Amino acid sequence: MTAAPLVRTDPAAVAGTPPGGRRGRRFDGPARTAVGFALGAALLFAVAPLALSDFRLSLLAKYLCVAMVGVGIGIAWGRGGMLTLGQGVFFGLGGYAMAMHLKLADAGPGELPDFMQLYGQLDELPLWWRPFASPWIALPATVLLPMVVAFGLGSLVFRRRVRGAYFAILSQALAAAMVILLVGQQGTTGGTNGLTDIQGFFGYDLDDPVNQRMVYFIIAASLLALLALARQLFRSRYGELLVAVRDGEERVRFLGYDPAGVKLVGYVIAAGMAGLAGALFVPAVGIISPALIGIVPSIEFVIGVAVGGRATLLGPVLGAVAVAWARTALSERFPGTWTYLQGLLFVLVVAFLPGGLASLWVLARQRRSDPAGARWWRRSRPVEPAENRTEVSAA
Amino acid sequence: MTVLFGQLFTGISIGAVLLLIALGLALTFGQMNVINMAHGEFIMAGAYTTYVLQQTVTAAGWSLLVALPVAFAVAGTMGVLLEVLLIRRLYARPLDTLLVTWGVSLMLQQLARDVFGSPNVQTRAPALLTGNVSLPGGLTVANNRLFILALALAAVLALTLALRLTPLGRRIRAVVQNRDLAAVSGIPTARVDRTTFFIGSGLAGVAGVALTLLGPIGPTMGTNLIIDAFLVVVVGGIGQLKGSVIVAFALGVLQATGEYLTTLSVAKVIVFVAIVAFLQWRPQGLFTLRTRSLA
Amino acid sequence: MSQFRGRRILAGAMTLIAAAALAGCGSKTSDEKSTAGVSADVSGDTVKVGLLNSLSGTMAISEVTVRDSIMLAVEEINAGGGVLGKKIVPVGEDGGSDWPTFAEKAEKLISQDRVAAVFGCWTSASRKAVKPVFEKNKALLFYPVQYEGLEQSPYIFYTGATTNQQIVPGLDYLKAQGKKSVYLVGSDYVFPRTANKIIKAYAAANGMTVLGEDYAPLGSTEFGTIVNKVRSSKADAVFNTLNGDSNVAFFKEYTSAGLTAASMPVVSVSIAEEEVKGIGTQYLKDQLTAWNYYQTTPGAANQKFVAAYKAKYGADKPTSDPMEAAYVAVHLWKSMVEKAGTFEVEKVRTASGGITYDAPEGLVTVDGPTQHIAKTARIGKVGGDGLITEVWNSGKPITPDPYLKSYPWASGLS
Repeated sequence: MTAAPLVRTDPAAVAGTPPGGRRGRRFDGPARTAVGFALGAALLFAVAPLALSDFRLSLLAKYLCVAMVGVGIGIAWGRGGMLTLGQGVFFGLGGYAMAMHLKLADAGPGELPDFMQLYGQLDELPLWWRPFASPWIALPATVLLPMVVAFGLGSLVFRRRVRGAYFAILSQALAAAMVILLVGQQGTTGGTNGLTDIQGFFGYDLDDPVNQRMVYFIIAASLLALLALARQLFRSRYGELLVAVRDGEERVRFLGYDPAGVKLVGYVIAAGMAGLAGALFVPAVGIISPALIGIVPSIEFVIGVAVGGRATLLGPVLGAVAVAWARTALSERFPGTWTYLQGLLFVLVVAFLPGGLASLWVLARQRRSDPAGARWWRRSRPVEPAENRTEVSAA
Repeated sequence: MTVLFGQLFTGISIGAVLLLIALGLALTFGQMNVINMAHGEFIMAGAYTTYVLQQTVTAAGWSLLVALPVAFAVAGTMGVLLEVLLIRRLYARPLDTLLVTWGVSLMLQQLARDVFGSPNVQTRAPALLTGNVSLPGGLTVANNRLFILALALAAVLALTLALRLTPLGRRIRAVVQNRDLAAVSGIPTARVDRTTFFIGSGLAGVAGVALTLLGPIGPTMGTNLIIDAFLVVVVGGIGQLKGSVIVAFALGVLQATGEYLTTLSVAKVIVFVAIVAFLQWRPQGLFTLRTRSLA
Repeated sequence: MSQFRGRRILAGAMTLIAAAALAGCGSKTSDEKSTAGVSADVSGDTVKVGLLNSLSGTMAISEVTVRDSIMLAVEEINAGGGVLGKKIVPVGEDGGSDWPTFAEKAEKLISQDRVAAVFGCWTSASRKAVKPVFEKNKALLFYPVQYEGLEQSPYIFYTGATTNQQIVPGLDYLKAQGKKSVYLVGSDYVFPRTANKIIKAYAAANGMTVLGEDYAPLGSTEFGTIVNKVRSSKADAVFNTLNGDSNVAFFKEYTSAGLTAASMPVVSVSIAEEEVKGIGTQYLKDQLTAWNYYQTTPGAANQKFVAAYKAKYGADKPTSDPMEAAYVAVHLWKSMVEKAGTFEVEKVRTASGGITYDAPEGLVTVDGPTQHIAKTARIGKVGGDGLITEVWNSGKPITPDPYLKSYPWASGLS
C-alpha cells in the first residue's frame, strides 16, 4: 500500500535512463544501439565459441537462458515495478512443455517416456501429455502457456490492485505451489527428479558437441532478439506508460488510463520470455526439474537482475550472467565457503549500489562531468540527473 | 469422531506454530514494511540458543525456560544489528529489503553450518512436554502442542498490551500510522524502528525455542517456515495483529482439514489457492489499517 | 531514418547467425553413437578423483559426512602408496542440494579436471541428473547411498543397498515378528513412492495388510495429521521412508502422541547414527532401522574404520551406513583399477566383477552384471546411547537384484 509512493523516490528505479533520455550525447540512439548489438553479436557468436571450451560454452548457454528470464524481469520489475518472485513458474512451464515433447520424441511414437514406465505404472500416455507429441503444439506452447497462465493470474491480481510486497509474496507462493504440485505427480511429471536424460533435439543428438554448439547459437540469437524486443518496448509509448504506472499508479489512473491493463501486458511479456528461456534451457542442460522453478531459483533470477541494474536494458543480462558465473566460479574455487561470498555479493550490491552494476557506468560518467561526484562511493545512493526525471514523468 | 476432534486440534496447533513464527513478522513486515527473509534464520538462532544452553543447564525443563528470554535477546540483537547495518538504508526501498536479507540468510545458514556442523543437533524436551493429556473418547492432546498454543497466545497478549498500553507501544503505532507526523511530533523514529525490529526479531527467537519441541534443529530449518509466515501476515492485513492471529488459526485448520481429506501436498496447494482467492476478495488482507494515503 | 538502418543491420546479423548455426549441425539421434569418452588425466604421478556432495543447502545435513568419509579413504590409500603407484588428488565440488548443479559439476569434473572416477551424490534426483553426464562421457560414478533400485547404468557403481538388500529384509523381519498390518509413511519423492510400491506388492503376497499410505512434502515438519491417522489405524507397525528433516518432526510428534516402539514399532530406512543424533534418543529409543552397517557392527575392519574416523573428525562423530558405503566405494575402486592394471574406464568395468573387499560391514563382493555389491542386510534397534545395535542379520551377503527379478511377487513392478 505504501510501496508505490516510496518507490517513486527510489533512485535505482530511474537509474536506468530510458534510451530516449540520452539523446544528443555522443551517438544518437539507434546508431549506438546498432553498434551495441553488433558488438554483442560478435562477442556471443565469434569470441565466446572460440575462446571457451565445450564445457564452458555449455555453461554460458545456461547463463544466457537465465539472462533471458532477466530481460523479462527487467520489464516487469525494473520498468513496471512488479517484483515477480515467481518467474520460476513460467520458466518451468516453458521448460516442461519443451522437455515433454523431447521425451516423447526420444521414446518414439506410441511409446511411453522411460520414467513413466518405471514409476507411473501407466499403460498409456496421460491425456494432457498427448498434445505435446506434436512439435507444432509443443513449441508454441513453451511461450504461450506461460503467457496464458500469467494473463489469468495477472488479470485477477492487478485488477484488484494487489501490488508491492503483496504481489511479491503471492508470486512466491505460486512458485511453491507449483513445485508441490509437480513433485506430487511423480508418475506423470517425474516428481523431484523432473524430466532428465533428454537425448535428442528435433532429431539432433544432444551428446554431440557440435549440436550443443548449435543449441548455444540458438540461445544467443534468442537472447539478442529478446533484447531487441525489450528495447523497442522501452522506447514505445507503452514503455513510457509502464514506467508511469510504476512511479505513480494513481496518477496514471486519473489521467484516464487503466494501470491494471498496462501492468498485465508487462507481466505477460515477462512470462513469455521466461517460458522461452525455460524451453531453451532444456536442450542446453538436458534437465528440467522442480528444483529449477521453486522459490530459491525464482529469487535468484531476481537477484541477477538487481545486481545488474533492474531498469536498464543490458543490466539484467549482464547481472544474470555475472551472478551465475560468480556462483560457478566461487563454488569451484571455494566449495566450502562460497555461499558467504555469494550472500555478501547480494547484500553489498543491492544495499549499496541500488542501481546495480549498470549504475557504475552512469556514476563514472557523472563523475567526469561533475567533480563532486568523484566521491560517489561515499554516498549510499546515486543522485539522478534532474533531466531524466522529467523525461520519465513527462510521459 | 475422535479423528475429527484430533484433526481440529491438529489444525489449531498448526495455527499456533504459524502464529508464533508470523508474530515477529507482523511487526517487522506488517508495521515496518521490511520484508525480512532472514527471519527464518532468527528462528534458527533461537533453536540453536536452546541447544547451546542445554550444554550448560542440563535439566531440560529449566533450560527451556531459560532459553525463552535468552533466545529473545539473541535473536533480537541479531535483528538490531541487521537493522543498523543494512535495513536502515533501505526503508525507502521495501522490496529491496527482501533481496538484501535473502543474502544475509544465506550467510547465516552457512555460519550455522560452520559453527554447529551441518547435521541436525538434538535438544532434550522435559518429560512434562513429551507426554499427552487423555480426554474422554480416546482423544489425546499432546503436551508440547498445548505448551506452544499457550506460548503463542501469551506472546500475542503481551505484544498487544505492550502496543496498547506502554509509551513505547504508542510510539510504534504512531510511526506506523504516519511516520512524518510522528517525526515532527518529536518521536525519535529511528530509535523506534530499532526497538520494533528488536522485538520482532526477538519473537522469532522465541518461536525457535518452541520449535525445538516439534521439529529439526539445523542450518536450513528456517527456510521451510518463512513463506508460510509471510502469507499469514499478508492475508491477515498489514499493520494489525488481530488479522494475523485469526488467519494463522484459519489457515491451520484449513490445512489440517485438507491434509485429512486429501494428501499433505494437495492440502498445501489448497491453502495457496485459498489465499489467492481470498486476496481477490480483500486485496489488502483481512483487516486494513485505514490511512489517507493514496496508493 | 537511422532507426531503420539499425534495424536492418540487426536483421542482417540475425540471418547470418541463423545460417552459421544451421551450417554447423552435427550428428542426428539416429546416427551411431561415437564410442570415445573423455579419458582421465594420468600423465603425472598423481591421479585425480572427483568428490561430488552437497556442502550447502538442505542436503548438506547428510552429505557433508559422506564427503568426510571419502576423504578418509583417500588419505588411507595415499598413505599406503596410492593406486598403481599414483597418489590420489581429490577434487571436491559442492552440489549445493540442487540437481542441475550436480550435473554441471559432474561435467566439470569429467571434462575439465579429467578425473578417473567420481564419488558422491545422495538423492535419487541428483543421481538421475548426473547419470546422462556420466553415460555421455563414459566416466565412472560411485553412488554410496541405499536407493530405490530399478536402475542399472553401465557407468555407475552402486555401493549402497538396493531394495532387496534393505527393504525386503526389513519386511521379512516384520513378518517373522508376526506383524500383520503396516502403515506406510514417506516423503513425497522417488525413493519412498517406489519403496512403498514394493512393500505393497510384498504385503499382498505375504498376507500382510497395508492400512494406509501417506506422503509428506520434502522438508515438511508438520506431522500432526499423519500421526493422527497412523494412531487411529491401529497398525502393527509403521514402515518409514521419510527423508532428512522430516524424520525429526515425525518422531517428535509420534512420541508426544503416546506411541512407542512397544505399542507400534517403526522401521526406518533413512535413519542412521547421524540422524539419531539429530533427533534424540528420547524420541527414538528401541525403534527399528534397516541398513547394512552400524557403528557397532563387529569385526576388525570396522574397529579400524571407526577408530580412524573418530581420530580424524572427533570422538563424538558417529559413523553410519552411507558413510561406510562411500568409504568402501573408494577402496573398491582401488581394487578394480589394480586388477585392471589401468585407469581406463572400460577396462576397470570389465575387471570389476567378483572383486571383494573386507569392508567394515563385512565381506562385500562386486556383482559384475549389475555393478551393485552383495552385502549383508542388518536390522538394528536404537539404543539409549544413540548407537544402533543389530537384532537380526541375513547371515550372508545378499546378491543385489535391482529389478527384483528373482522375486515372483514383484513381477508386476518394473
